[in-house]
Amino acid sequence: MLQNLKQSLIVSLWFVFLTFPLMVIRVNTMDQVVVWRWMNMLWVALASFILSYLWRYMLTRQQMRKAVAEEGGETRSKLQLLLEDMSFRYKAMGVLLLAALIFPQVFDTYQSTIMISALIYVVLGLGLNISVGLAGLLDLGYVAFFGVGAYSYALLNHHFDLGFWITLPIGGIIGCLFGVVLGFPILRLRGDYLAIVTLGFGMIFKVVMENWSSLSFGPSGIANIDKPSFFGMDLSLADSTIYIYYIMIALVIFTILVTNRLKNSRIGRAWIAMREDEIACVAMGIDMARTKLSAYALGAFWAGMVGVLFASKTTFINPASFTFMESAIILSIVVLGGMGSILGVILGAFILILLPEYMRAFSEYRMLAFGAAMVIMMIFRPQGIISNLRQTYQYKGLKGKTNNG
Amino acid sequence: MEYFLELFFGGLTRGSIYALIALGYTMVYGIIQLINFAHGEIYMIGAFVALIVAGVCTIYGLSGISILILAAIIAVIYASAYGYTLEKVAYRPLRGAPRLSPLISAIGMSIFLQNYVLLAQTPDFLPFPRLIPDFAFMEPVAHIIGSPELVILVTTMVTMILLTLLIKKTKVGKAMRATQQDMDMARLVGVNVDRIISLTFIIGSALAAIGGVLVASYIGQVNFYIGFLAGVKAFTAAVLGGIGSIPGAVLGGLVLGWAESFAAGYISSDYEDVFTFGLLVLILTLRPAGILGKARKQKV
Amino acid sequence: MADKKHKLLEVKGLTMDFGGLRAVDSVSLEVHEGEIAALIGPNGAGKTTFFNCVTGIYNPTKGDILLHPKGLETRRLNGLKPNKVTEMGLARTFQNIRLFPDMTVLENVMIGRHCRTKAGIFRAILRDKGVREEEQLIVESSYQLLEKVGLEDFANEFSKNLPYGAQRRLEIARAMATDPFLLLLDEPAAGMNPQETADLDQLIRKISEEEKIAILLIEHDMKLVMHISNPIYVMEYGKKIAEGSPQEIKDNPKVVEAYLGEETDA
Ligand SMILES: Nc1ncnc2c1ncn2[C@@H]1O[C@H](COP(=O)(O)OP(=O)(O)OP(=O)(O)O)[C@@H](O)[C@H]1O
Ligand SMILES: [Mg+2]
Repeated sequence: MLQNLKQSLIVSLWFVFLTFPLMVIRVNTMDQVVVWRWMNMLWVALASFILSYLWRYMLTRQQMRKAVAEEGGETRSKLQLLLEDMSFRYKAMGVLLLAALIFPQVFDTYQSTIMISALIYVVLGLGLNISVGLAGLLDLGYVAFFGVGAYSYALLNHHFDLGFWITLPIGGIIGCLFGVVLGFPILRLRGDYLAIVTLGFGMIFKVVMENWSSLSFGPSGIANIDKPSFFGMDLSLADSTIYIYYIMIALVIFTILVTNRLKNSRIGRAWIAMREDEIACVAMGIDMARTKLSAYALGAFWAGMVGVLFASKTTFINPASFTFMESAIILSIVVLGGMGSILGVILGAFILILLPEYMRAFSEYRMLAFGAAMVIMMIFRPQGIISNLRQTYQYKGLKGKTNNG
Repeated sequence: MEYFLELFFGGLTRGSIYALIALGYTMVYGIIQLINFAHGEIYMIGAFVALIVAGVCTIYGLSGISILILAAIIAVIYASAYGYTLEKVAYRPLRGAPRLSPLISAIGMSIFLQNYVLLAQTPDFLPFPRLIPDFAFMEPVAHIIGSPELVILVTTMVTMILLTLLIKKTKVGKAMRATQQDMDMARLVGVNVDRIISLTFIIGSALAAIGGVLVASYIGQVNFYIGFLAGVKAFTAAVLGGIGSIPGAVLGGLVLGWAESFAAGYISSDYEDVFTFGLLVLILTLRPAGILGKARKQKV
Repeated sequence: MADKKHKLLEVKGLTMDFGGLRAVDSVSLEVHEGEIAALIGPNGAGKTTFFNCVTGIYNPTKGDILLHPKGLETRRLNGLKPNKVTEMGLARTFQNIRLFPDMTVLENVMIGRHCRTKAGIFRAILRDKGVREEEQLIVESSYQLLEKVGLEDFANEFSKNLPYGAQRRLEIARAMATDPFLLLLDEPAAGMNPQETADLDQLIRKISEEEKIAILLIEHDMKLVMHISNPIYVMEYGKKIAEGSPQEIKDNPKVVEAYLGEETDA
């Protein structure tokens, strides 16, 4: 105990030293003023003292859990067990669906708009979950595919007057094609190189969109993009928001259905196996190139599709919407929610998007918290809030088949 | 010809900075096979601390190159402390975890540190006080290479010589090389591997801070975001030279610096970053081992 | 007698260099139908590297690896990707267990069925009747394999939670799921207690006799090797130093020296 307190004290002093110049001094070299914020020192000391105490407590707890797991004990939480109960899952889904459907009737346009953006992130998270969560391909430029979809619609709409509904699948397919084209050269790369190269792709996309003005109208972007049409009728702003909300709900359900089927299929298993151990996977007769490419391109498909919806929702896009920070947010959704877990990713998207939205005071610290959350999750709960539910199968086996043995 | 020389020295200056930062990537990667995503942020923190020291000094009326040296020393101390802490907090608990875990932790740290500086200081660019005087003896060649460039070149050169001596001649350097080659073996022969890893982070961070201070005083401004692009470019340099190889990092930095400088000078500067990333993709797909790196087969 | 039997695998003068190190030095070896052959030798002799070359993980520096599937034309395996080698009917296990830790035991085996099944992305999304039937077949055949290696009770556990010996057996089941006619086992008894080793002895015989799968195994447990395998090949410092029946190997002075030399080293 005393030992523990002493250690926390040392850590706290260390962090006071560490944060001294950046937290205490604020110098404005423009106006030649220095501000000394001595109070911050106290806050840092207090916070790091408590955090270091917590940190060590969590570490020991994690060690204990590991020991329990090694002895074959139950390490799943109550929530996890509840979620693995099928009948509960169906009931919960019914309730959620109902809530989602009446939401815009109960709340106003502003709330619906926020909900739409959260749902966009749900689809983005589920798409990225295919490549990162299932296949283990760390994609840091995912936002580029989102941008490709958005620009596809904006440009097709601007030049050829194509409508939302035709472009929705086209956007997905273009995203997918980009995934294939970009994926090809980088398939042989190791995991961490892949991360850096995809990061590069994301940045290249933004730079090209900023500079290739004849195509993309440069940094000023494209405005007056059509909203989705509703049987040719003109909708009021409120109605069209509700309409987009329902489209988004449908899109989310579609995404969940498809990704769930993929996950529990022959292809999905190959993705997971590839994530777990590439060498064992290829030795089991699985074609790495094809498996990687399919995961990467299918992930891109969803981003492209929801990109179309994004452009039609905001009616204005420019390169500034497609920065690395966006990719990082989507990645934190997947990491926080639980890599590979569909339910987890949905929950992650709602937490990460809605929390800062409803806690305005907190929104400034949003990215700080995301970054910290990624580190903390990796150390203390790498499986995310909701770890992947294990799939069970029905089988008869030898005994069921041959009755003579 | 003069234009060519100008670009040549411009590229050399730029490249030597890339090399300084790339060394940190390469040394860390060589030992724990991790792309330390937050390395660019360490560089930024180094630059920022230097800005704070230099800013406070100039506001209180002190100036001159000695202030720059003081700022650099404090920046190096702080960057090393951050690097050391970074490894202890975010990477050490993840040794032996699945390969994506430390990488994601590193990305998280990078985002965290960026926003920490943003919130603790300011989102705006702050001007860095001009502390490098125009040396009189540089007058005749000033249109090709200026005094700040000279300071950068000399500093990086000295730093790299010191680093080489450290690694080649000292006992610590020997332990570092042993750990890089085979961590388990090094542990067996009594090397304190944890300490060597910490030390690697400290040295890498110190080098990045030197780079940060030099760039800040050369470009003349600093903000919380400068580490990101510099980090990615330096990483490109490290890969270009062959990640894990120290001479490779230097060579990669110089090649990248020249490539960028000449491409911007003779072609167009709009697509400078595209060009860098294009180069990165090209090397990684065609020759992932880089110029000087050895292709290692993974043991099965 | 061995000459009468169909030759399945024929390796001629296989050589593998790592930079300056010659890990395998022109080794030749054959495996015939119905055989349980063994490859033994001191640590670092190059046995695993030999396996890695045959299964396509490494591309050998020199030599020929020929596969003669029954009733099909001969194929040269050099330079083929590992998945192609597996598709051709040659499966393997790993010395340092390489299961898929976060998949269930059953799913690990189901992965082995991948290359013998077809459902693609679109059909996985549509999940038509054919796909559902194929899935059910994968599950059934995988479960039956688990029964064969005695792991059916663990079917829904995560493979990382299995005890060591069970993990080794799971690797065998997973390899068998790819329908091989030749199975390469890299130290299947490593880390097993005597009882588990005895069970493994039974299992390997069963695979050889009932499933008609030929086996080539690397093993340090001499009792096991001498008991079940014939012929035995011995490697030392990358070179093949002896081959023959268990009795011939026991009596071979070179082999005795190789192993004694190792013991005095240790
Ligand atoms: N990828 C690689 N790169 C460099 N050297 C390697 C590689 N793989 C194996 N070696 C070297 O090749 C030699 C043979 O190794 P190998 O693993 O084949 O031995 P082994 O006979 O399987 O030994 P053990 O009985 O210990 O498993 C060793 O010296 C090893 O260090
Ligand atoms: Mg071996």
